[in-house]
This record gives sequence, C-alpha cells and structure tokens, in this order.
Amino acid sequence: MKLLLQLAAIVGLSVAIALSVAFLTLAERKVIGYMQARIGPNRVGPRGLFQPFADLLKLVMKEIIIPSGANRGLFIIAPILALAPALAAWAVIPFDDGLVLADVNAGLLYILAMTSIGVYGIIIAGWASNSKYAFLGALRSAAQIVSYEIAMGFALVGVLIAAGSMNLGDIVRAQEGSVMHWFWLPLLPLFLIYFISGVAETNRAPFDVAEGESEIVAGFHVEYSGMAFALFFLAEYASMILISILAALMFLGGWLSPFQGIPFVQDWFAWVPGIVWLLAKTSFFLFLFLWFRATFPRYRYDQIMRLGWKVFIPITIVWLLAVGLAVIYELPWWFDHE
Amino acid sequence: MHGYMHVTNNRIMSAEQIIFYIFASILTLSALGVITARNPVHAVLLLVLAFFTSAALWLLLEAEFLAITLVLVYVGAVMVLFLFVVMMLDINITRMREGFARYLPLGMLVALVIAFEMALVLGPQHFGLERVPAPMRHTAGYSNTAELGSVLYTVYLYPFEIAAAILLVAIVAAIALTLRKRTQNTRYQNPGEQVLVRREDRVRIVKMLSEQEGKRS
Amino acid sequence: MNKVANYIKSLFLWELILGLKLTGRYFFAKKITVQYPEEKTPLSPRFRGLHALRRYPNGEERCIACKLCEAVCPAVAITIESEQRADGTRRTTRYDIDLFKCIYCGFCEESCPVDSIVETRIFEYHFEKRGDNVMTKDKLLEIGDRYEKQIAADRAQDAPFR
Repeated sequence: MKLLLQLAAIVGLSVAIALSVAFLTLAERKVIGYMQARIGPNRVGPRGLFQPFADLLKLVMKEIIIPSGANRGLFIIAPILALAPALAAWAVIPFDDGLVLADVNAGLLYILAMTSIGVYGIIIAGWASNSKYAFLGALRSAAQIVSYEIAMGFALVGVLIAAGSMNLGDIVRAQEGSVMHWFWLPLLPLFLIYFISGVAETNRAPFDVAEGESEIVAGFHVEYSGMAFALFFLAEYASMILISILAALMFLGGWLSPFQGIPFVQDWFAWVPGIVWLLAKTSFFLFLFLWFRATFPRYRYDQIMRLGWKVFIPITIVWLLAVGLAVIYELPWWFDHE
Repeated sequence: MHGYMHVTNNRIMSAEQIIFYIFASILTLSALGVITARNPVHAVLLLVLAFFTSAALWLLLEAEFLAITLVLVYVGAVMVLFLFVVMMLDINITRMREGFARYLPLGMLVALVIAFEMALVLGPQHFGLERVPAPMRHTAGYSNTAELGSVLYTVYLYPFEIAAAILLVAIVAAIALTLRKRTQNTRYQNPGEQVLVRREDRVRIVKMLSEQEGKRS
Repeated sequence: MNKVANYIKSLFLWELILGLKLTGRYFFAKKITVQYPEEKTPLSPRFRGLHALRRYPNGEERCIACKLCEAVCPAVAITIESEQRADGTRRTTRYDIDLFKCIYCGFCEESCPVDSIVETRIFEYHFEKRGDNVMTKDKLLEIGDRYEKQIAADRAQDAPFR
C-alpha cells in the first residue's frame, strides 16, 4: 500500500513537471514576444493558452528520423539519458515542510550528482548522430557543463556550510527568521554564481553555444525529430525548473513566507500554504531565465570558459573561506544559532 | 560471497539480495563489455555503466556519500572528459587488431599469472561471514556522510592532508607541463581584456554640422 | 584607476542590468503586432500588387502592343505577341505575365504610354495548379474590369506627383 502511494506520488510529480514544462514553453514565447513588442502565440485557445498541446500533438505525430550513419541504439537511448536524471533529481526536492518524496540526508550531493550525469544524453546524442554539427555541439556542451559544475558545486558547498546540513529541508529550516535571514544576503556572490552557472548548466542563453543555431545549426539535436526531440526539450526545461526551485530553496528561503518576522503582516499572510511561496519564488527565477534569453547575446566560447574558470571559481573559493570564518566565529544575525 | 550464499541458501532471497544480484550481474557484464567492446566509445559508456552500478551496490551498503561521490566525480566529470577524448580519436580498428595473433601467447601468459595471483589474494578463503563480520544495520538517523567526515578530519587527518597535497602537486605539475609561453609573433585574443572593453574606449560621438543643417532650412 | 572602476562595474554586472532594464521596459510597452487576417496595415495608392490590364470607358482595351513593358521588364516576365486587327489598329494576341518571374518592380506600369498595364492593390492571391502562375490577357483584363474603380481612383490620387 505504501509502495503504491509512493508510486502514485512519483507519477503525479512527473505529470506536474511535464505540465509545467509545457506551460513554461508557452510562457517563454509569450515573455520573449512581449519583450520584443510582439504578443506571442495567441491562436490556439483563449490567448494562446492551448498552444503547448498543439505543439505536443505535432511532435507526437512526427516521424522520428534516424540518420543512416547513426548508431541506432545510442541514438535512441540519448534522449532518455538526458531526461531521466533531470526527472530523478526531483525526488529530494521538498515542496513544503515535510512534503518531499525522499527525505535524503545527502540531498544536495544527490542533486549535484544527478545534474552532472545529464550531460551524457547530450554527448551521446552528438556522437551517435554521426553529424559534425551535432558532434561539435556535444563537445562544446560537455566542456561547458563540466567547467560550470565546479563553480556550481562550490556555491552549493557554501550553502551547506552555512546551513550545516545537506538535507534540503534542513537547509530551508536554517533560513527561518525573516527575509534578511535567508541565505541570499550572506551568500550573495555564491547566489549569483549559482544561478549564472545554472543557466550555463542548462545550456540556456546566453550560454547556449551547444545549440548555437547561427554557427552549428542546432547543435547536439540537429538530427532529432518528433518525440525524441521533445524529450530533449522536456529535459532542458525540467532542469531549468529544477535549477530555479533549487535557487529558491537554498537562497530565498524555500517555502518560508517573505513576511515572516514582520509584526501583523506576518499574521495576515499566515494562511498562505508554503508551497505557494515556493512556487512564486521558482517562477521568479524562471522568469529570469526567459528575461536573460530575451536580453543577452550569446557568449563566445572562450569567454564562457574564462568566466567559469578565471572568475567564478576564484570568487567562490574566496567566499567559501569567508563563510567558513563567519560560521566558526558565529557571525551574529545569520550564524549565531539564536 | 560463497559464505554469504551458504548462510542463506535455505531461505527465500530477500528483496535486498535480489537487488544485489541484479546489480552485481550488470556490473560484471558491463565490466566484461569494457574490455571486449570493439568500439572505444562503447567501452567508455560501459565503464560508465559499471561505475553507476557499483555506486548502487555501495548504496546497498549504506555508504551513500561514497556512492554519490562516485557518480558525481567519476561518472559526472572524469568519464565525461574521457568520453570527450575518446570520441575525438579517429581509431582505425582493423589496424589495431593486426598484431593480435602474434601477441596472443604472451598476453595469455600474463593473463594467467594475474588470474592466479588474484585467486591467491582475493580467493573465497579470505571472505565469508566467518572471517569478515556482516556490516551492522544502522538506525534511520544515521548519516554516513557525517560519520565519514568526522573520521576523515580526526583520525585520518594527516593521510588526508598528504593526499590533498599530492593532488595539488599533480595539478601544478600538469599545468606546468602544458603551459607554454606564446612566441612573440603569434597573434591571439585575450578574452579577459576583450570583455573589459567599454563603449567609451572605442566610440567617440561627434556632433556633425550636417545634423544642424536641417534646423536652418 | 579607470580600469579598476570598470572591473568593479563588471563584477556587479552593471551593464547586464542595464540591458535587462531595457528589455524589462519593453515588456510593458505597447505591442505593435498587427493581427493579420482581422487587422490590416493601410495600403498606399502606389502599392504594387497583382497586375491588371485596363480598358477605355468605351470598352476598348488600352494596350497597343508597343512592347515597351516587355522590353523594360528586368525579370523578362512579360511575353507579348501582336497582329493587325481588321480596323487597322495593332493589338495583342497574347499578353502573358509569369508571376513566378515577376519581381513587382512596377517598371511595366511606368513604361506604359497608355496606362494599360497597372499594378493593383491585390496581394492576397494564390495558385492551385501548375500553370496558374502565368497571367493571360483574359485574366488580366478581367481583373482590370473588376477593379477599375479602385485603379482609377488610385491613379487620380497619384496624378499630381507624376
């Protein structure tokens, strides 16, 4: 019975993620449209609300073409390998106090491991397609993801030093107090670096050289069509949502109300369930993803590498030292443990 | 493993054992595949699978930190770079197999010696529940990570620090070996300087007469 | 000193924030999209769309088969054959415009001494069969007959500038 319930929760979560991805694609087109003084898709359903379903229907109906020189098995496995870790990482995400699929102690580590193996889908797709554009995209993406993982990992180390735990629930509980107690303030550089590395990890603009349509057509997924392409799409957007929700959990107090600690106002908003705050914070980060895409031109490849290795990693190491000292000397306000 | 079987052979296997045997067989098969696969990329991918399944086996031992670190470091970083290099190699498989028959006797000899030595050291007489006690079951609150950390930074502090120093030396050596001064005449870009360029450094906005002519007429 | 200031500026992502501010402002700006089938942009009387051959008010076709349009056409889209009619005037027997070749430059209209070949405001048309892309004399005259009022009005409006 318990197993069945857990299974139902897993299926429910997957469906919820798939739906969020569907509407995130719509939101992306709408937001970018608005920022370009257009109105975006508005034909399918009221104000274009059913556009994702039309897109999905199209992708399902399309034929999956396997190039003649491709490595068949790996070509088909690749999109699955891209999607599976992006979904698996959601197991340890707490949506509210105690509302979590698997309350793992090493949750942060688990997430880092899961996001790091997502790159295999991209590399294998690029190699198995037997196409030079796909291959170049795969190489770019592999080097980029491995590089930014280090900066991202260091940023997460800062969080776990500050919280004293790798359990995501405990990390949120360590931020209890008020907006000023959230980790975004003491860990501001790590917060920025985490989010920017997250944008790079998910191959989103301005770090989307892996698909760089202007020079390598569409990068690793040129040869993919139909549902196989949709899986890559799903994986990319699921990891975008994952990065956003993690940023909300680790730096913006997760499910905690932003009005906590303010007299009176705190009570007025006490009825709002925590998950609403979490989702609102997540949406904010997702909006940033789209905003970045509408604003910044693509980085050049050597500039991406420089940013990752020569700027982010030194800054994170310095700040880790600062955070360590602050925790040891129990810097008042954040690390004094009441 | 022999003793383990001996203890439980008159009972139905527990779910944990079933999982163990599934993962163990995947691990053995993929390890076998690594050395038999003709395509080097397939070999590397099978190695990734081997790492992944051994991480799963470690999870069964409640060594979650080691298991996840194995996935994070080996699968997520080392093997990616490995794959990176192997994919770019243009290996001619037929040429590589040319000397196969010539080296076969010597190779067989070496393999037999290694197998004999391994049987001596890792044979079943050294393992089993009589010699090595079964690992303790821990309570739910037990954190392998915290345990490992406290041991690593107290009892094994010096070995840990020495290992870290050796790794640092290795990094410095690797960089020193590959870093070379560019010759005077090579032109190259420095992205660090490039991104620091401001508009003010490059563009001068000039008020031209022609702009005001429109106003006059 | 300036370099240090720039370095700090880049560390605080100042320029990136400026960029975000710009797109952020446009997020709330008035949208200029024209919802095409329902809304249309205004057309100029000089709009160069589908061709037409005009007639005089008495019903006589204007074209005198001078072949100036055929000569001026940069895309060689026009083919004209002519003969002498019973009343002694020269008339076309064939006047074809291949719309796949036509670049809608309007030179034919400019060159026409009798304002016969004109380009109308029609731009929403399509072909369903191979060969439909060639506008024959009959088809062109028919368009001219149907839209004569609009064509004449457009020409009158543009007359002071010619």
